[in-house]
Amino acid sequence: MAAASTETAIRSSRFARVLIYLVLLLFALFYLLPLGIMVVNSLKPLSEITGGNMVALPRDWTIAPWLSAWSTAQIGVEPTGLRPYFINSIVMAVPAVMLSTIVGALNGYVLTKWHFRGATIIFGLLLFSCFIPFQIVLIPMARILGILDIAGTTSGLILVHFVYGIGFTTLYFRNYYAAFPTELVRAAQIDGAGFFQIFWRIMLPSSGPIIAVSFIWQFTNIWNDFLFGASFASGGSAPMTVALNNLVNSSTGVREYNVHFAGAIMAAAPTLLVYIVAGRYFVRGLMAGSVKG
Amino acid sequence: MGFLDINNVTKAYGSVEVLHQVDISVEEGEFLVLVGPSGCGKSTLLNMIAGLESISSGEICIKDRVMNGVHPSRRNIAMVFQSYALYPNMTVGQNITFGLEMHGTPKADRDKAMADVAKLLQIENLLTRKPGQLSGGQRQRVAMGRALVRNPDVFLFDEPLSNLDAKLRVDMRTEIKKLHQKLGTTIVYVTHDQIEAMTLSTRIAVMYNGYVQQLGTPKEIYDSPANLFVATFMGSPAMNVLQSRLEDRNGALHAVIRDASGQDIALRIENAPAAYAAYTGREVMLGIRPEAITDPEGADRNARNIQALTNIVSVTEPAGADTFVTMTLSGKDCIARMRADAEAHPGQSFDFAVNMDKAVLFDPKTEDRII
Repeated sequence: MAAASTETAIRSSRFARVLIYLVLLLFALFYLLPLGIMVVNSLKPLSEITGGNMVALPRDWTIAPWLSAWSTAQIGVEPTGLRPYFINSIVMAVPAVMLSTIVGALNGYVLTKWHFRGATIIFGLLLFSCFIPFQIVLIPMARILGILDIAGTTSGLILVHFVYGIGFTTLYFRNYYAAFPTELVRAAQIDGAGFFQIFWRIMLPSSGPIIAVSFIWQFTNIWNDFLFGASFASGGSAPMTVALNNLVNSSTGVREYNVHFAGAIMAAAPTLLVYIVAGRYFVRGLMAGSVKG
Repeated sequence: MGFLDINNVTKAYGSVEVLHQVDISVEEGEFLVLVGPSGCGKSTLLNMIAGLESISSGEICIKDRVMNGVHPSRRNIAMVFQSYALYPNMTVGQNITFGLEMHGTPKADRDKAMADVAKLLQIENLLTRKPGQLSGGQRQRVAMGRALVRNPDVFLFDEPLSNLDAKLRVDMRTEIKKLHQKLGTTIVYVTHDQIEAMTLSTRIAVMYNGYVQQLGTPKEIYDSPANLFVATFMGSPAMNVLQSRLEDRNGALHAVIRDASGQDIALRIENAPAAYAAYTGREVMLGIRPEAITDPEGADRNARNIQALTNIVSVTEPAGADTFVTMTLSGKDCIARMRADAEAHPGQSFDFAVNMDKAVLFDPKTEDRII
């Protein structure tokens, strides 16, 4: 009797499990649909798209749209393809991400381990900067870039993203370091380590998860940014997002949808890659400190 | 001047003074324990010696050098923390030598010092492990190794045993004591555990409410507590404190208490200090340690003044080596510590022997001991 009911329980739970997975699979497929359509259409000749069916698989597989998007497509007035702008974006994002992460880590370290008068107010102001809409910053930032004589350059964009990111990175590191035992800092002080030695030798080596969080967050935001890119960079120094817009909106000739799809995937690829590589740290870092372990 | 001098040190946060006029002089090789309940200021005092907290007024000197405002790393002290504070990203070996590295000691000397300390603490096989791979006792040893390797003037211990389980705590206690006897170092040790304080120290400072209540050897603290707080804080089970009346009967002073049935019991006091006379006819608090109340056969043979007392037993608690017997005296539970095979049974009358040599009297108003 008891055995039979256990068996029934196992069988019904297995049935429920299959049902759950089926539903989840369906959701996942639905979610992947846009990406699937982009990939499929980027591998078709243009005639197959204009001919009608966007969902169907290509009859003639081709990578010509990709090559065109990368190196020969018309971006604005120049037939350069997206390549130079892709490089622009990397040259912009990498230093901006690293600078804002390091400064955020330093801020978090100082705010949690070196108490000083007004620390809470400074942290509050930094937090406030997270909530300022992009649009409000545009005009004062344009003025500052003008004064510094880096308006319209990649260096200018690096500065903008670096400064704008400090609020977020400080928030992450402050909360992470708040749970970091202060006794370690005190022990290091007695051992004779200075301010930066404690930071480099004790704090940073234990900050892996939160560095990953800061890195992913900053990289995604900076790479995907359009407004600052469109406002503060011009022509040859524009980032990938602006170039993609220029590719899609080029008004000469026919609209090469397959090339546009390929370009859009190229623009999205780096952030996707970062999530796949560092994604598990992202969740781990966000959860850090919430549970003891 | 001692080796470590704490002169009139106070600590205030804003207008709140948390440590008042602390004055302690520690000789070289002494083991001073600061003991008291949470929030009594003992850890604050230790952090001030370490230089981790500023000194509001007064002076702290080590080897006659004023330490106020001197950076922790320049005081030639080492500290063992409650959480051990081992650097999680470094191996045991790197943890131990980090301080030497920061002080610019050459690699060869560092390795030699590390090897010596590892041998002393028997942690040679752990040197390449990370702190996360160690047990509590091993971490404790590494933390001590990190302190020892610097060969400091003063060791500071901040509740180093409170994160260990009961058995290991007793083992490590013995180990710390052995180490102190072997190396003869000067140690300041903070704990809230009065047994640790009694067993380890050469001198104890009992602290409460930011004041040093009493400073003395473990024996002085235990036998001649300065006030009611010290008397009840030190010792387990705590000292029995009974309301009583001091009376002159036939030319001898007696402390009069009431038994469970409300009858007066007069306990004669011999060799009374002169100050007792002023309290004749007044209420006093009579303090008797549990081990000073026994069965007549178990009484201390060297005691000169043993008073008999018959009372109803309310509870017996056999604890293996001893049996704790509870009775009611002057309206309060009073605990006696007996031999394990003493024939006391709950609800029955029993003849107790009270060693009045060990009894102390306190003023009920000031709570100070009457001497």
